[in-house]
Amino acid sequence: MPDDLVQGTLEMLVLKTLALQPMHGYGIALRLEQVSHGVFRINPGSLLPALSRLERAGRIKAEWRATENNRRACYYQLTSRGRKAFEEERAQWDRQISAIARILEA
Amino acid sequence: MLSNLIAGLRALFRRNRRNDEIASELDSFFQASIDDKLRRGLSREQALCAARAEIGSAETVRLKVWSAGWEATAESLLQDLRFAVRQLRKNPGFAATAILVLTLGMGAAVAIFSFVDAALIRPLPYAQPSRLAIVYESNSLGPHFHLSYFDFLDYQQRNTVFTSLEAFGHYGFMLTTPDGPQPVHGTSVTAGFFRTLGVTPVLGRDFRANDDQAAAPYVVLISYAAWQRRFGGRNDVLGKTVTLDGKVTSIIGVLPPSFHFAPAEPSEFWGTERPDGGCEKVRGCHNLIGLARLRSGVGFAAAVADMERIGVQLAQQYPNDDHGRGATMDPLVDAVFGNIRPILLMLLCGAALLLLIAAVNVSSLLLVRTERRRREMAVRGALGASRSRLVCQFLTEGVALAGFAAVLGLGVAFAVIRLVLGLIPKDILDTMPYLRTSGLNTHAFAFTGLVALIAALIFSLLPALRVSHADLRDGLQEGSRGASGTVWRRFGSNLVIAELAMAMILLVGAGLLGKSFYRLLHVDTGLNADGLATLDVAGTIKSGAAPQWISFERRLHAELTALPGVRSVAIASEAPLGDGDGSSNFVIVGRPPVDHNEVIIRDVAASYFSTIQARLVRGRYFADDEDQSRQRVVVVNRQLAKVFFPGEDPIGKQIFMEGDPKTAMLIVGIVDNIQEGQPDAAPQGAMYRPRNQNPDDPRDGFTVLLRTGQSEDSILGAAASALHTADPTLAVFNPGTMMEKLYDSPSAALHRASAWLVGSFAALALLLSVVGLYGVIAYSVSQRTREIGVRMALGAQRSTVYRMILREAGGLAVAGIVLGLAGSLAAATLLGKLLFQVRAWDVTTLAAVSVVLALAALVASFLPARRAASVDPTEALHAE
Repeated sequence: MPDDLVQGTLEMLVLKTLALQPMHGYGIALRLEQVSHGVFRINPGSLLPALSRLERAGRIKAEWRATENNRRACYYQLTSRGRKAFEEERAQWDRQISAIARILEA
Repeated sequence: MLSNLIAGLRALFRRNRRNDEIASELDSFFQASIDDKLRRGLSREQALCAARAEIGSAETVRLKVWSAGWEATAESLLQDLRFAVRQLRKNPGFAATAILVLTLGMGAAVAIFSFVDAALIRPLPYAQPSRLAIVYESNSLGPHFHLSYFDFLDYQQRNTVFTSLEAFGHYGFMLTTPDGPQPVHGTSVTAGFFRTLGVTPVLGRDFRANDDQAAAPYVVLISYAAWQRRFGGRNDVLGKTVTLDGKVTSIIGVLPPSFHFAPAEPSEFWGTERPDGGCEKVRGCHNLIGLARLRSGVGFAAAVADMERIGVQLAQQYPNDDHGRGATMDPLVDAVFGNIRPILLMLLCGAALLLLIAAVNVSSLLLVRTERRRREMAVRGALGASRSRLVCQFLTEGVALAGFAAVLGLGVAFAVIRLVLGLIPKDILDTMPYLRTSGLNTHAFAFTGLVALIAALIFSLLPALRVSHADLRDGLQEGSRGASGTVWRRFGSNLVIAELAMAMILLVGAGLLGKSFYRLLHVDTGLNADGLATLDVAGTIKSGAAPQWISFERRLHAELTALPGVRSVAIASEAPLGDGDGSSNFVIVGRPPVDHNEVIIRDVAASYFSTIQARLVRGRYFADDEDQSRQRVVVVNRQLAKVFFPGEDPIGKQIFMEGDPKTAMLIVGIVDNIQEGQPDAAPQGAMYRPRNQNPDDPRDGFTVLLRTGQSEDSILGAAASALHTADPTLAVFNPGTMMEKLYDSPSAALHRASAWLVGSFAALALLLSVVGLYGVIAYSVSQRTREIGVRMALGAQRSTVYRMILREAGGLAVAGIVLGLAGSLAAATLLGKLLFQVRAWDVTTLAAVSVVLALAALVASFLPARRAASVDPTEALHAE
């Protein structure tokens, strides 16, 4: 993961990823890597603390389940609070990005 | 928020489980990564390798996940705390001393604070207590005397400054019980009394406006305690009847548990003050105190002015009764707390001084310890501990120290509170009901927390400041002596001087209070209290007229005199060392009435003076056969003779009571002043009239005084049963001895409690400051071992070394004592009001305290001096 991916951003990306369906940790990392075309490579040293923080904040719920490969993994699922938080963060992000873009283009 | 807290706590308390969770999460990540890589066609080895590289150190991940929650910070604090506790345990001597010293200091401070809180901080349990005032009448004897019922009514109707003015009389009732009449504490109040206070009963109803009229049926409110004790707290108490003073009275309500009214405590029964009482029909009969609530917007001074205006009107309108009288007013808070406030403030100052000494002592111990830990700090600094980390360590140690001391201090405070409440006799405690609410409540806990916080700050900042960066480097150099030792010695010396000075102040305070207490107990009461027992007696049924009363008292006298062990017996209207009440105006025959002619009146049996062993100054006492058929006689005391007959002989002069010019009395004797009021009251004019010439209805009550050669208690029981046998309708109560009256009088009790408290504070302070002095001198000796070795190697005698060390200690002690003397004089001046027959500048006390302190300082410095003198020069020089 690039150093400049700020903490809050990673959490937002995780929430976005989980908005589609519940996933386990590696699945989230893989999906972020794929969707970003390899730009964001998230290692567990960043991902797991972020997941722990999100869980503490009640934005995601964790549950141990069997994977498609018949292993056990912890699946994370968005809670309604998490969904709301994601919407808010996304709106704020959009505002900031467009503001930055306007400044850069001016 | 809450789930976060719970999850954090769970992680803290089940660390292994949390770690397992993280590990299995990581493992599943690892496995998923391998599976993914295998799926992409990597070999097993390659996949394993790549996955490991991706994850990195499992321990790092674990730590990162772990530190995502708040519990990580908490854990590091806990670690520090554990280390701090370990540090304290490693050095049990230091820890025990520091914690003990602090515990005592904090315990004393918290205990005294809880009394101050109960009496001066917590508001009285009334609506807007600052708007309430107590109304008295003044007369020539002073400002605080009772009002008569008629005067009260006039003040009530004519004033323009109160929303209400009510009256109360605190005389108790005679309760009829199956075991005969029993006196109970009670107060009669006018109907609006509780509405004026803003107090409503918890059960039943308040008095209605007409409940205090002559035609109304008798009703009574009872205190919460009486409800619990006498009626088992049952709800059916309402409507029950009790017989009070022979009147069947219905209970209509129960007062709240928090209610108390100190000017009329203790009171179990609150009856109605009605116009049909005997005293209530006479304007000259004063038995009431007023309670007023100021109209909003009216200042206290304006209210006083209005009352004085009415007082002048009444004196003009009723010159016979109200001549020389007027109204006075005190805020209710002053009436309740007036005499205890200065004592409490003094005690608070004493406790604060003690706490300060304790803190200084512990600080100096800590500083010595910091000096010893310089190397540890230097090593830790060199190994990379940041300065803030080191300061944090000191902080946790300070918090641990203060925390332990605070917890233990609360225990000590609890014990001290119980002890002090035990020091005050129950009768007196009953008159200070608010003190019973003192205890370890939220205020006390908050105060403890605050003191502990300040202490923790001092204890952590002091060493932290001493360990600066430059010092850290110095600390590593082997055996560095540097300037730090001298700096500490100078600083420590100043602390010890301050400690000695504060100890001196406390010792002087204790000395003055102790001396004052001694003077109080040994005040000349004008009687011989040893072997004198007293009993209060009251008739409960109507029993004929004056001749019967006289013969009845003669019969009692004879039966009591016949008891074994009784040497003599006297009946009197009131015993000495009481409240000093019961006074009237008198006029000297042939002279115009003068102002300020009110003196104490006692009607006593002929045997009275010999029984109490009063001292006759001149003339004679009266005899038993001087009754109403003979010339009226009277004995006056020396004070009366001095004030009203200056430079002439009162014997042979005639006087009469104001308003009764026909019964002139011949002064036949002068008796030395007998203390009628509290032991610390100023002498007052008093006259003693023969009871047989001024007979009194037994229902008005009288006191029996018994002189015995054996223990007073042994005859009290026999006397009580003899009285019961003589007349079963008699109520006999308050058995006691004159010694008890002297030792347990309110003023003696307050004196004793404060002398004891300040005395123990002073003893502790002396101990602490002497230990502090010892510490400084011992440290100084240990620092100067080499110097002393050199001196001795160069030929200094042991005696010279002794002298050198003792001179150092002596300098500190003298500085402390001189500073303490100045402080004591200031403190003693503030104490002045509380002292009895002792001046603030009491030279003997000051000298004695100085000597005690100097001796203690000598003892404290003798040990280190001896150690210094026994230094072996060769060893001292080798050691370096």
